Amino acid sequence: MANEVAQKPGLWGWINRRLPVETFMSSQLLEYYAQKNFNFWYFFGSLALLVLVIQLLSGIFLAMFYKVGAASSFDSVEFIMREVNYGWLLRYLHSTGASAFFLVIYLHMYRGLMYGSYKAPRELLWLFGMMIYLSLMAEAFMGYVLPWGNMSFWAATVIINLFGAVPVVGPTLVEWIRGDYGVADATLNRFFSLHVAALPMVLLVLVGLHVVALHETGSNNPDGIESKQKKSAQGLPLDGIPFHPYYTVKDIFGAGVFLTLFAAVVFFVPTFADLFLEKANFEPADPLSTPDPISPSWYFTPYYAILRSVPNKGLGAVIVLVAVLAFFFLPWLDRSPVRSIRYRGWIFRTFFALFTLSFLGLMYLGLQPAEGIYVTLSRVGCVLYFAFFILMPFYSRIDPVKPVPDRVTFHA
Amino acid sequence: MRKPASSTTWILLLGLAPWAAMAADSTTGQAAAAPHGRVDWESWHAHNSLKDLASLQRGARNFMNYCNGCHALKYERYQRMANDLHIPAAALEKDLVPPGSHPLDYITTAMPAADAFNWFGKVPPDLSLITRSKGSDYVYRFLKAFYVEPSTVTGSNNLAYPSTAMPAVLSELGGVNEAVFRQVKDAKEFDHFVNLVRGSMTDAQFDDFVRDTVNFLDYVGEPAQLERQTMGIWVVLFLVLLTWLAWLLKKEYWKDVH
Amino acid sequence: MTDIGADAYGTAIDQSRRKFLTLATSATAAVGVVFAAVPFIESWQPSERARALGAPVVLDISKLEAGQMITVIWREQVIYVVGRAQGLVDKLAKNDGELKDAKSEQSIQPPYAHNEMRSRRADVLVLIGICTHLGCLPRQFFAPGDPVLGASWPGGFLCPCHGSRFDLAGRVLIGSPAPTNLSIPPYSYKDQHTLVIGLDGPQAQGAA
Repeated sequence: MANEVAQKPGLWGWINRRLPVETFMSSQLLEYYAQKNFNFWYFFGSLALLVLVIQLLSGIFLAMFYKVGAASSFDSVEFIMREVNYGWLLRYLHSTGASAFFLVIYLHMYRGLMYGSYKAPRELLWLFGMMIYLSLMAEAFMGYVLPWGNMSFWAATVIINLFGAVPVVGPTLVEWIRGDYGVADATLNRFFSLHVAALPMVLLVLVGLHVVALHETGSNNPDGIESKQKKSAQGLPLDGIPFHPYYTVKDIFGAGVFLTLFAAVVFFVPTFADLFLEKANFEPADPLSTPDPISPSWYFTPYYAILRSVPNKGLGAVIVLVAVLAFFFLPWLDRSPVRSIRYRGWIFRTFFALFTLSFLGLMYLGLQPAEGIYVTLSRVGCVLYFAFFILMPFYSRIDPVKPVPDRVTFHA
Repeated sequence: MRKPASSTTWILLLGLAPWAAMAADSTTGQAAAAPHGRVDWESWHAHNSLKDLASLQRGARNFMNYCNGCHALKYERYQRMANDLHIPAAALEKDLVPPGSHPLDYITTAMPAADAFNWFGKVPPDLSLITRSKGSDYVYRFLKAFYVEPSTVTGSNNLAYPSTAMPAVLSELGGVNEAVFRQVKDAKEFDHFVNLVRGSMTDAQFDDFVRDTVNFLDYVGEPAQLERQTMGIWVVLFLVLLTWLAWLLKKEYWKDVH
Repeated sequence: MTDIGADAYGTAIDQSRRKFLTLATSATAAVGVVFAAVPFIESWQPSERARALGAPVVLDISKLEAGQMITVIWREQVIYVVGRAQGLVDKLAKNDGELKDAKSEQSIQPPYAHNEMRSRRADVLVLIGICTHLGCLPRQFFAPGDPVLGASWPGGFLCPCHGSRFDLAGRVLIGSPAPTNLSIPPYSYKDQHTLVIGLDGPQAQGAA
C-alpha cells in the first residue's frame, strides 16, 4: 500500500513520500473494521469529539473578548452578550456546549458500563477515558468561575475549601490553590490560564491516546463478543464493516440529530430551566452574600449529593473522591465471564439498575436543598451507588450468565 | 427474544421522572392551595411579551421617568434602546437622554452612590440584569407588593422583599396600601391588601404600568432575545433538512450491510 | 472503497443514487458551514463599543485662531485642526513646484478636500496628524521662514522622526521620505462654529 501511494504523481505523491497521510487515513478509516451491530449507544464517542470542537471554537473566540480580572470579568461577559457582533451566540454555544459535553460523556460512559467495554483488553482505553472525565470536570469547574458571577465565586469557594479536608497540609493547600486569603482575582486569573491553555491541551492529548488505544484493540460491540477474529476467505472480519463509509455516514446522521437538538437549546432555551445558566450567576460575585439555594451545575450534583449526605467534612471529601475513582477499578472489580449486559443474569442487572437509578436520583437530589427527606434519600442513593462497585467482585462471579452467541446479533 | 435495551430505556425513564417533574414545576410556579379569600400574591405572573413593541416603549418611558432617578442600566446604551424599540431620534434626545449625556452613552443614574448609601443604607442596584437574576415574575410582584409600615425608615415594606431599603416610589400611581395579616399557627401570614389612599391610576392601569416596565427590563436583560429566536427557527429548520439528507444517505449505504 | 459490489440482498448498488445523495448532503453541509462561519467572522468586526467610541467627534472651533492647532482623537487616529491665516492660504499655490503631489492625486482625502487648500474652508485645515512615512506625529512649524528650516520655509509641518516636511495644506515637500500628502478625514460643519469630524454631512461651506 505504502509503495502504491509513494508512486502517486503530483503534489499528493510528493506529500505522501514525506508524510504518511494517505496510508494513515486509509488504515484508520478504510482498513479499520468495526462490528456491524453498533446501536444508538455508539453515537456518543463521535458526538463527544464534535462537542469538543464546538467548545474549542466558541471558547477561543470568547477569549478574544473576555477580560479576565475580578473588576472586569463580569462586565466583559455582558459586553460579549450585548456589544460584540454575535457575542451572545458565542456565549450560548459555549455554555450549552459545556452541559452537552457532560450529557454526551455520561451516555458514552453508560454504554461502556452496559456492554463491558472496560474489560480486557480495553482496560487502558477505559482508564484514558476516565482521565478525560476527570480533566473535563476540572475544566468545567474552572470555566464556570470565569464569568465571576455570584455562583462562580461561591462554587470556587466551596470546592476549594474541600481541599482543606486533606490532613495536615489542608489549609496550606487551600491557600496555595487560591493564591489569596479568600477566592479572589489571583484565583480567577490562574483558573483562566488553566481553563484556556493548560487543560485543553491535556484533553487533546488524552483524547488522542484514547483513540489510539481504541484502534489498537478495536471496538467492543453490544453483544460483547470479540468477533473480529472470525475472518472471511479474503481475511476480512465476517462481522465487521469498514469504518468508512458505513460509520462515517452513520455518525454524520447522528451529528445532525445532535446539532438540531443543540441548536434548539442554544436559540430557544439557553438557560434550560436554570440548569445550564443559573439565575444567581447573573449577579456579580459578592463575598458578603451566599446564593440561596446553592448548588453546582447539574453534572456535578450526584457527587454533591454524596458529599452532603456524609455528616463529616473530611470523611465526605474522601467518600466523594472514592466515588469518582471507583470507576477506575471497574476492569478489575468485574469478574464476570461475559461482557455485555445482554448476557448477564438477574443479579448483575439488578445492581446495574439500582446504580442507574441512584446516579440519576443523586443528580436530582443534589439540586434540592439539603433537608428532610432529601437527605435520607441521598444516603440511600449513596449506599446503592457504592454497592454497585464494592460488591461487584462477588455478585459478578455468582451472577447466572447466559450463553454468549458466536456471531453478533441485531436488536432491531 | 428478550430485548435488554428496552429495559434500560425503562430504567432511564424512571430515573428521569423526577427531572421531568422538576421542569414542569418550574414553569407553573408555586400554586399552593390558598385559603379562602387569601390573596395568592406568590402566584402573580408578569405575562409580559417582548413582541409587544408598544409595551416596551411605554416601559422605557416608565423606567426613565420613575426608576432612573436611582437605578442605572449600565450595560445598555440609549441609542441601542432607541434602535431596538424603534424610538425616533427626536424623542430619544428630547425625552430619554438626560442633558449632558450623549445617545451613545450607557444609561447611568444621576444619584451618587455614596449619597444613596447614606440615605437608604444601600446603593440602589443596577437593574440591567434584574429579570435574569430574579425573574420577571419576581420584579412584577415586587413592584406591586409595597405596603405601609410606619416602623421602617422608608415607612413602607414589601412582601416580595421584606425589609427592602427601597421606598414605595410608585405609590402616587398605584396607591398606598395596608397589608392585613392573619395568624396561622405560630406565624403571621399575609391575607390581603386594604387600600388607604387611591393612586392616580386604576388597578388595571397600574397593572399595565408595572407589566410594561417589567417587559422593558426583560428586554434590557438580554436585548438579543428576539433576534436569537428568529434566527433559531431558520437554524433548526436547516438542520432538520440536513439531518434528513444524512439519514437518506445513511440508509442508502447501509443497504449493503442489512 | 469497499469491495462489496452488491448489498446484503444481492441487489446491485445504485451508484448514481449514492453519488447524488452524497453530493446533496455534502453541498447542504457546506452551505451550513458557511452560515456557521458568519457569526465567528462577524464577531471580529468592530463591536458596538468600538463603533460608539469611534463615533464622530464634535468640536467647537469658535475660539480657534490663525496659527493655532487643536488635537483630537477620532477612531484611534490623531486629528489636527489648524487655524490658517488667509494670507498664507493665498500663497499655497506658490509652493507647487516644491511638492511631490501638488494636485493630491495620490493622497487620501474626501472629494470636498480635493482642492488647492485641501479643506472645506480656507481658515480651517483638518487633517490626520500621522506622517505618511512610518506613522509618527508631525510637529507644527506654521511660521514661514523659520530660522531652523530656512528662509524659504513656507510654513507647515515637520516630522521629527525622519524629517518629512508638509506645507500648510498637508502636502509633502520634495526631499521628504514620506511618499504622499497627509490624509484628510471625513468632516463637516454643523454650523459656523461646530466642526464634526467623522461625518461627511451636507456640503456646508463656511466663509471661503
